[in-house]
Amino acid sequence: MIDDFLLRAGLAVIALSLATAPLGCFVIWRRMAYFGDATAHAAILGVAISFGFNLSIGIGVVAVALGMALSVTALSNRGHAMDGALGALSHSALALGLVAISFVRNVRIDVEAYLFGDILAVSQSDLWVIWAGALAVPVLILWRWQNLLTSTLNTEIARASGINPNREQLVLTLALAIVVALAIKIVGALLISAMLLIPPSAARNFARTPAGMVAVALVLSVLAGLGGLWLSFSADTPAGPSIVVAAAALFLLTQMFRRKG
Amino acid sequence: MPDLQRQSVMSLIEAKDISVHHGDFPALERVSFAIDANEIVTVVGPNGSGKSTLLRTLLGVFSPSRGQIIRKPGLTIGYVPQKLAQESGLPLTVRGFLSLPKRVSDAQAQAALEETGAVGLEQRQISELSGGQMQRVLLARAILNEPDILILDEPTQGLDQPGAADFYALIERVRDQHGCAVLLVSHDLNVVMSASDRVICLNGHVCCEGTPTVVRDAPEYLALFGHGTQGTMALYQHRHDHSHDHDHDHGHGHGHDHGHAHD
Repeated sequence: MIDDFLLRAGLAVIALSLATAPLGCFVIWRRMAYFGDATAHAAILGVAISFGFNLSIGIGVVAVALGMALSVTALSNRGHAMDGALGALSHSALALGLVAISFVRNVRIDVEAYLFGDILAVSQSDLWVIWAGALAVPVLILWRWQNLLTSTLNTEIARASGINPNREQLVLTLALAIVVALAIKIVGALLISAMLLIPPSAARNFARTPAGMVAVALVLSVLAGLGGLWLSFSADTPAGPSIVVAAAALFLLTQMFRRKG
Repeated sequence: MPDLQRQSVMSLIEAKDISVHHGDFPALERVSFAIDANEIVTVVGPNGSGKSTLLRTLLGVFSPSRGQIIRKPGLTIGYVPQKLAQESGLPLTVRGFLSLPKRVSDAQAQAALEETGAVGLEQRQISELSGGQMQRVLLARAILNEPDILILDEPTQGLDQPGAADFYALIERVRDQHGCAVLLVSHDLNVVMSASDRVICLNGHVCCEGTPTVVRDAPEYLALFGHGTQGTMALYQHRHDHSHDHDHDHGHGHGHDHGHAHD
């Protein structure tokens, strides 16, 4: 018999995969790896602010993550030489968050839970929120699918077809803020990017179409999630890192069996 | 009175006295431009002359700091870019590409590929296409929405001269078939399409403008391009009695009009 907390954890990683697989594919295609990092790091600042002002963590994290994602988008639209600025932004958000949390002394905060996730503590009500949020992401992306693909492929073709690439980018920005808020409890702020990047990278070699890549990424992501949970449960390892280790192992496997050409 | 008549018909796209800045750098200064239905217009200019800026401003990527862009209401544009962002690893078949942004039926896709001479590539990955195949696939996608105007950014870059000449012949056929206007941007001065109704020579501003032969002989054009071998403007001559339905290298027309090197 499966323990309830394990069942909830399993359902949570499946939900997260539904959101990270399609979003992660776009992150890869649009070369926005930095985007996930900066936004996830800002989430720690969001946690600190939530505690400081007695807000719900979800609201604080989404707000700060959205703010960061918008700033990063604005920065990256200004040119290609923004790597330095983006790196500074990303890591200072994390550092600022950690410093800010240490000021919130009246509550004992388990910082590690937010850095590395605390998936085994997901409650029934958490699960509802996670599923609602996680379903919003693929719905958003499916809704804009054709336009998103077109502007990813070529912004001028998009413009010529009456699509505003900046508006489409906003969809991804919003989706990323949602994913960060969900994933912080599951894999933790430091490893959200890994969940966005690793399964789609592994799927790349097996896909001939964009939708196919999302589907393979989803399968790999769920496998990694459940495999990581199993590892965590049986070897008593931290859940978030275990999930990422499982994803990395799958990535290595796919590299060995990849299609030629 | 052709001038009066021309004013009475609305142009497809018109740039009215536009200036475009990239930061503080003026890329275009007070450029006016218009293209009418069925016209073929080639914009030539050296690198950094603002050709791409003009094109992107017409598409709406940049907004002018002065002047305005007027599009005919309901205008449909078929855009052929130089290349796609394929280094990012977006897996995409030719068939899938043709369905962006609007989904098209297999029959429509097939017909467009037939027209541009790219039949049989449907299941190929976009990233595996050669330069010439890519151009034909890009063009096939652009004509799928029956555009009022085809806009092509350096379409013959990376093609050899016979390849470029063939591609120009293809564009001319597409124009005749669909009755669309064609706007080309090119810095490839070795082969300029002689079928162009107008050639516009750009260097931040409009240097000179006219039929291909007029521009070729214009002192402003020679001042810009008249150094070394680049000064040779070979007009690609399209012979209408010529069949294009075979693949061997037919050396018709292109590159034989070398009378104006002015070294």
